Amino acid sequence: MTQRLLVLLGTKKGAFILEGDAARRDFIVRGPLCEGWPIQDVNVDPSSGAILAAGGSAWYGPAVWRSDDLGATWSHSSEGLTYGPDGPKIRTVWNVTPGLDGLYAGVEPAGLFRSTDGGATWSHVEGLTNHPTREGWQPGNGGLCLHTILAHPSDPRRMWVGISAVGCFATEDGGATWEARNQGVRADYLPDPYPVTGQCVHKMVLAAGSGERLFQQNHCGTYRSDDAGRTWVCLDEGLPSTFGFPMVASPRDPDTVFTVPLNGDDRGRYVPGAAMAVWSTRDAGGSWTALREGLPQDHAYLGVLREAMARDNLDPFGLYVGTSTGQLFASADEGASWRLVADYLPPIWAVETVVVAA
Amino acid sequence: MGVVVLPRSLTELFPARDGRPALPRRVSVFPFGEDGGDAVPPTVGDLIEHLDRTWPGLRDRLCEPGPVLRAYINVYVDGEPASIDTPVPESATVHVLPAVAGG
Repeated sequence: MTQRLLVLLGTKKGAFILEGDAARRDFIVRGPLCEGWPIQDVNVDPSSGAILAAGGSAWYGPAVWRSDDLGATWSHSSEGLTYGPDGPKIRTVWNVTPGLDGLYAGVEPAGLFRSTDGGATWSHVEGLTNHPTREGWQPGNGGLCLHTILAHPSDPRRMWVGISAVGCFATEDGGATWEARNQGVRADYLPDPYPVTGQCVHKMVLAAGSGERLFQQNHCGTYRSDDAGRTWVCLDEGLPSTFGFPMVASPRDPDTVFTVPLNGDDRGRYVPGAAMAVWSTRDAGGSWTALREGLPQDHAYLGVLREAMARDNLDPFGLYVGTSTGQLFASADEGASWRLVADYLPPIWAVETVVVAA
Repeated sequence: MGVVVLPRSLTELFPARDGRPALPRRVSVFPFGEDGGDAVPPTVGDLIEHLDRTWPGLRDRLCEPGPVLRAYINVYVDGEPASIDTPVPESATVHVLPAVAGG
């Protein structure tokens, strides 16, 4: 059966959909969608096939957008996305992720919301907001945002979230209670570099397999956990920088993950040496390889943000990287080589893929 | 007769759908109330709730919980700055305008 490959983008100026196929060479660009709203994250609800886009308008507030026809038409809702009339105002939705028991949204200021009706209405997961460390939560440069949501692959009661600049939290009771899981993760900007909370997690991913191994790209290093986030080991050796944002895990190999280091939080936040590379490990972080073929190697003053790298589910799987300067690069061979497939887009904040029947 | 004038960036968020008409740029909202008239003029908030019944979600685009008007949404009643509690006479023209923001 012929398949269509859709690359979904969230950008500063709306969502975009790039239509291609398994060759991953040529794409037709559609957009801007979602009325040009800033879109922080894009995703697909596997239970319905709906495309989801999360973001916020400076005028009209936060909302989760939904399309049931592959982006031709959209609806939007923020009903229930609130801390109440006396609570802080929600500025934007940073993440929308399907879980086993519904959709989840991460917002700024940091909090988690759940929807059981496909995003039409939302309810506050108060257990996280009521965590005893809440009063000490401090924002990162991008705000106090809940930007990463990881649903356990088989247990709907288990989930992890990442908050900047607070750290990783996990629940094993469906969100009623949460545990900070940051042991071993540095916070170099604090007097105690290993606090219970205060780490600036940038992105976390679940490795293929049992749901016990995670990888983390942090403001201060790259890490792996083999005990569901309870403890973390540093994987910095072999990487050009301890600073970066995105991370993608292989769909099949639990030892393989991809990241895009940047040159440092106070160095301009672009790829080291202005030469773009995606870095991969195939031994769970014991060693790293720079993947550069087809990526710009001169005067490439670009960055890649936390949600702006994704893979597809084809075999071999493809990888996609969206840059802060509006380029989309695609690899059809699991990162071995790359091709520029779109340019002059707005700054790309999120990338996701879905394969549909033609 | 009173009318509410809405910005394009707002009306584009509410296209025609499932038998509901598209949100127009100019909406007549008077006479207001079930009996065709109210002894007490409605407020800006009442008008927004009224419009939200036809275009669900409109209130959330204009208001924060409370409700209060969003920080970058300005409302004028006959040219005068208004809040969510400002009364709206039946003959009034109400402008909803996004403030200078974005980029």
